[in-house]
Amino acid sequence: MRKILLFILFFLFNVSKAYSLIEVDITRGNLNPLPIAVSPLFSDSDTKQELDNETNIIKLGEKISEVVENNLRRTGLFNPLEKNAFLQNPDVAHLKPRFEDWKLIKAQALITGQVKFVDEKLRVEFRLWDVLAAKELMALAFTTVPENWRRVGHIISDKIYERLTGEKGYFDTRIIYVAEQGPKTKRIKKLAIMDQDSFNTKYLTLGNELVLTPRFNPTNQMVTYLSYFKNLPRVYLLDIETGIQEVVGDFPGMTFAPRFSPDGKKIIMSFAKDGNSDIYTMNLENRIVNRITNHPSIDTSPSYSPDGKFITFNSDRSGFQQIYVMKSDGTNVKRISFGKGLYGTPVWSPRGDLIAFTKLHKGKFYIGVMRTDGSGERLLTENYYQEAPSWSPNGRVLIFYRETKSNSEGKGFSAKLWSIDLTGYNERQVPTETDGSDPSWSSLLSN
Amino acid sequence: MSKSILLSSAFHAIIIILTIVTIPFVAKKPLDLPPLISVELIQISEKTNIPFAPKAKKIIEKIKEEEKKLVSEQAPPKKVKKIKPEAIPMPDQKVEKIKQLDDKQNPEVEDTKVKQVSEFEKKEIFDPTNIAALIDKSKENLAETDIKSDKITQSQDKSLNNVGLTLSEEDALKAQIFGCWSIPLGLPYNENLMVRIKLKLKPDGTITDSEILDHARMNKPGQNFYKVLAESALRAIQLCQPLRVPSTGYERWKDLQLNFDAREMLEG
Repeated sequence: MRKILLFILFFLFNVSKAYSLIEVDITRGNLNPLPIAVSPLFSDSDTKQELDNETNIIKLGEKISEVVENNLRRTGLFNPLEKNAFLQNPDVAHLKPRFEDWKLIKAQALITGQVKFVDEKLRVEFRLWDVLAAKELMALAFTTVPENWRRVGHIISDKIYERLTGEKGYFDTRIIYVAEQGPKTKRIKKLAIMDQDSFNTKYLTLGNELVLTPRFNPTNQMVTYLSYFKNLPRVYLLDIETGIQEVVGDFPGMTFAPRFSPDGKKIIMSFAKDGNSDIYTMNLENRIVNRITNHPSIDTSPSYSPDGKFITFNSDRSGFQQIYVMKSDGTNVKRISFGKGLYGTPVWSPRGDLIAFTKLHKGKFYIGVMRTDGSGERLLTENYYQEAPSWSPNGRVLIFYRETKSNSEGKGFSAKLWSIDLTGYNERQVPTETDGSDPSWSSLLSN
Repeated sequence: MSKSILLSSAFHAIIIILTIVTIPFVAKKPLDLPPLISVELIQISEKTNIPFAPKAKKIIEKIKEEEKKLVSEQAPPKKVKKIKPEAIPMPDQKVEKIKQLDDKQNPEVEDTKVKQVSEFEKKEIFDPTNIAALIDKSKENLAETDIKSDKITQSQDKSLNNVGLTLSEEDALKAQIFGCWSIPLGLPYNENLMVRIKLKLKPDGTITDSEILDHARMNKPGQNFYKVLAESALRAIQLCQPLRVPSTGYERWKDLQLNFDAREMLEG
């Protein structure tokens, strides 16, 4: 009995001690990019010779690490360190890094790797190290044909990004856009596709017909776009893997921005019927068209929420063009934008938490984001003319296009692709072979 | 008819009686109020200096602040930090005691470090079969401290041990960690992802041990964001050490809990 009492007393004493522990809340940090060392992927002399003979690709390991380094730098979240500062050789570092050496150059994470050529296939392995904790965070290997080496670099980047940020990457993806050439009054517009880092550009149409608003299917590599055939708008489906193209249908009047539903089974778009522009869906299996909105105002630019339960669109039913959200069956329509100016092209984030939009106010165009209830509006970038934001598959970056003003002689006009992340600080031009507009980001290819 | 006459006369009678009773009060002479005398209120404790706990603590803090001011006026703060522990006795007697014992047994500095750690561990390990011994030891410790330390510093230390870090101390620590913590920007702002890390510190602010209090959550499926946040917090601590801890009151902050919460930053 005495022991029990003593135990209770001791327990109480300990509890009181636990409460006396000093707690400090850390609610702020820096947004500086994480210093990361990307050590070149090494290969032994035999592999080097074989790779040189078989693939004609010199220094493949270094090239893959360059792809990784550039991908990470473009995110704005990482700061790849200068290779000249590295103190340890890549081969030794891959086996066991001397963390003190990497700490010395202020690296917080380290990537090492090796390239092998086995049975005419490329085997790329890499390791991600936490320099400050002196431990391995991740180790993976990929086997593929040598021509796929860039994709291997992108997949490695995705894995590293996910391990260090907690969210999926967006590097093993492609961007489809409208490639433009020629003077403004006589533009040739082709459908083009490229890797997200602007490599491997391919043109999918010849430029005979006007093409507009290509959009990726979120579940596979299908694309829907609008094209004019004999001055009539047509919605097309294009399978990028096979190159097979089919007409979904001819629609009356002006047709705008067809877009896939999240399950890829429907297309949502707006077209004018009897002089009234409303939102419609088309089931791709049975081609049945459903009217979603029925309002005398102009309803355009519909976009599904990632769960498919809601649709955001813009409408001038309040007198000015604003953003609305409704249930996917067209009921419960709510206006969510109440700021000054005109709002358009709303696109629901793949994460489901934000809606990106274009805003026109006092003659300037803005790309911004707001929460799905309209709160927390943030304008990310401002310019003379820019529109059509499209989300990266992880919902962190937006790609859009920006036009420059032509001078009095009609010269100087250009249209370029740009990207910006949600912080609003990491704004970059996305290089394209020609001018470009209407970009759309694919889902991850390696899913 | 007669009833109503009776009721009316009864009411009238009541009213007449009430008027007779109240009129003398109305006619009463006003009271002779005494002239106003001003009274000055004096804090007796300021004069008598009765050392009961809360006020004594305030006085001690005042004295300490004055001492700090004097020191800062005489010398730059960096130098003071280095000199202070040698010049002014550390307020945590327990550490001193261990050091002194160690000096007798073994003069090497490393030994004191080891003993310090083991002393800490002893407190963490609880043996229910040996409670009496623990109580006895605590009594011995109390007795020793009573004898050894002089009265003023002892009360100072005790009062300091019972409070957390001062605002300036906490701000200095926070500012240091803010600079070291690279927040993973991919984390969702609408999830509860607070990471609590318990630290064991040396008097110079270096970390002897760090423990994530919800460690089990790190390895649970679907907790990638938590894991990333926890790792970033650990990196920040490693990068920051030695931490900017106060030069005195080691007993107060030798165990410290840092709560990392990035929601405010991520929400924008």
